[in-house]
Amino acid sequence: MSLVVDIALTHIRVRARQTLVAVAGVATGVGFSIVMAALMEGSQADFTRQLIDALPHITVTDERRQAPMQPAEIAYDAAEIHGLTPEERRRGIKNPLAIMASLEAWVPGAVAPATKTQALIRYASRDVGVTVQGIDPHREPKVSMLVTQMRQGTLASLYRANNAIILGTRLAERLGARIGSNITVQTTDGANLNSQVVGLFRSGVRSVDESTAYVLIKTAQILAHQTGLVNEIRVRVTEALDAQAVAQRIERESGYKSVSWQEAHEDLLSAFVVRNIIMYTVVGAILLVASFGTYNIISTITHEKTRDIAILKSLGLREAAVRRIFVLEAFMIGVVGALAGWVLGYALTLALGTIEIKNPMIDVTRLPLVYSLRHYVMAAAAALLSSLVAGYFPARKASRLFPVDIIRGAT
Amino acid sequence: MIDVSDSEMQAGFVGGAPLIAAIGVTRILSGVVPTTLVHDIDLAIGTNECVAITGPSGSGKSSLLYLLGLLDLPTVGEVRIRGRATAHMDEAERAHARLSTLGFVFQFHFLLPEFSALENVMLPMKALGGLSAVVMRERAMSLLASLGLAEHTMKRPDQLSGGQRQRVAVARALANDPPVILADEPTGSLDSVSSEQVFQILRDLVDQRGKTVVAVTHDLDIARRMDRRILLQDGGIVSDDSGDR
Repeated sequence: MSLVVDIALTHIRVRARQTLVAVAGVATGVGFSIVMAALMEGSQADFTRQLIDALPHITVTDERRQAPMQPAEIAYDAAEIHGLTPEERRRGIKNPLAIMASLEAWVPGAVAPATKTQALIRYASRDVGVTVQGIDPHREPKVSMLVTQMRQGTLASLYRANNAIILGTRLAERLGARIGSNITVQTTDGANLNSQVVGLFRSGVRSVDESTAYVLIKTAQILAHQTGLVNEIRVRVTEALDAQAVAQRIERESGYKSVSWQEAHEDLLSAFVVRNIIMYTVVGAILLVASFGTYNIISTITHEKTRDIAILKSLGLREAAVRRIFVLEAFMIGVVGALAGWVLGYALTLALGTIEIKNPMIDVTRLPLVYSLRHYVMAAAAALLSSLVAGYFPARKASRLFPVDIIRGAT
Repeated sequence: MIDVSDSEMQAGFVGGAPLIAAIGVTRILSGVVPTTLVHDIDLAIGTNECVAITGPSGSGKSSLLYLLGLLDLPTVGEVRIRGRATAHMDEAERAHARLSTLGFVFQFHFLLPEFSALENVMLPMKALGGLSAVVMRERAMSLLASLGLAEHTMKRPDQLSGGQRQRVAVARALANDPPVILADEPTGSLDSVSSEQVFQILRDLVDQRGKTVVAVTHDLDIARRMDRRILLQDGGIVSDDSGDR
């Protein structure tokens, strides 16, 4: 064993208690960093999953990003024309079946048509404005999680009554409606339907649950006063994270506005960035505090070992070798602390995972946790780095000791 | 500044160059009030010499020893080891010169407390490198045995008497078989019996192993029994006597 390793091992072995305190400091830092990362990323993943599942991954609507040019503007491109009445276009996606067939040919996932319209639901003297979504119960399960979000009834229940309707749970609460309630659905165009509530769903996203209702696609077309109207194509892709790129291609090829789940929730996703900055700041602070423990122990050892350092240097040990001794000690504390921190972090994460949450307002019954090797590697790397830095400065100071000063002082 | 060749007449030198030579060495500690530790030291020490550096407290004995041992650097002048100038050596070269050429024994044993006697003796060998662990161990065992410590090789310093610790320190100084042993008050902290034992060991190093010993001492009896006595006063050499023991 080399002299440097030999001395470093002896120092930390002889000071077992102090070494254990320093190791415990690093282990606590690493352990809690891992737990925090598991919890933060777990809750983020859970929240993201809810966002993804609340709606189809991509929604193609009959809107366009930029208003289409009017005939007069096309004819006289050099002139600026004001006061023209825009050309009325027939609502809906043109040739929806052809577009769907085209999408099914290349989109990695599934495609379903929908007819969306705005309406007012009246029940028991309560009026609530809602988005009525006409869907195909056979295709819908392939593009959304509506089937699993059903709390009462099924999608097939839409076939069981005339003008059957499925309400969000919060919407039903607002209306005071329940399964079997007969409600009135009115549109601004004057359409008026008596519908029967045949199901309730809960997506977990409040805005969806309190303002969305599902009907058969033909029922929605009646409400919209337009037979055959399809103003939305719903797409679910195999990899949710690919939705943005697929949406862009759909929009490029079809010309219709395609909104991915990322775009629909970009405000929430940008909040995650801030959240992650906070998380890494807190984790960094924990590790920094732990590194003070390492600094403390190495400083103490170098202070106590001043005479030994002088002796070693007088014998002929070089400054670099003396520095290596103490940096190595810090590294050993960091390594053992990181390994202990891994065990602690894993155990704490497991323990947190057993906590059961009983709250009727949320679907989650356990804390959402993510077990990721990345968390362990990052926490250990940060602990090792901070240990090395914490060890380096007292080591450098120790290596620069002038042995004669110490020997003269001792004698 | 003296002509080193004059000193060469006084002692046997290796290849014409003294083992250690101080040429016009002055050491001044900087500070608000600069302090002169030693001044205008011209000295040449050859092989197989037993040299005592004596003088009253504060006369610069230990300071001179540290300068000769390359632990300190002169403000003016230079120290030569085997004719080689050391003024421009870097820290690594000076460290190597100490490891290979010089052995130190201090007033207090200065052994590393966590290591056994054997491990303490092996430290300089490990620092110099070039030997296998087995050879280092055998050599350390042999050195300790030759100093009457065969029974104590695995004991830590706190389990040894003062005399035994100092003998371990001598063994450590001899670990790399250096030609010169520099001793700073080696018997200063010992009782009379241990003091005599340690002195005899140092004397034997010169008489039987052909080493050069340079020892700082207050003990005039010990100084008288050495081959050469250098008396310092106020940082300067006032006499260099190589009369009969």
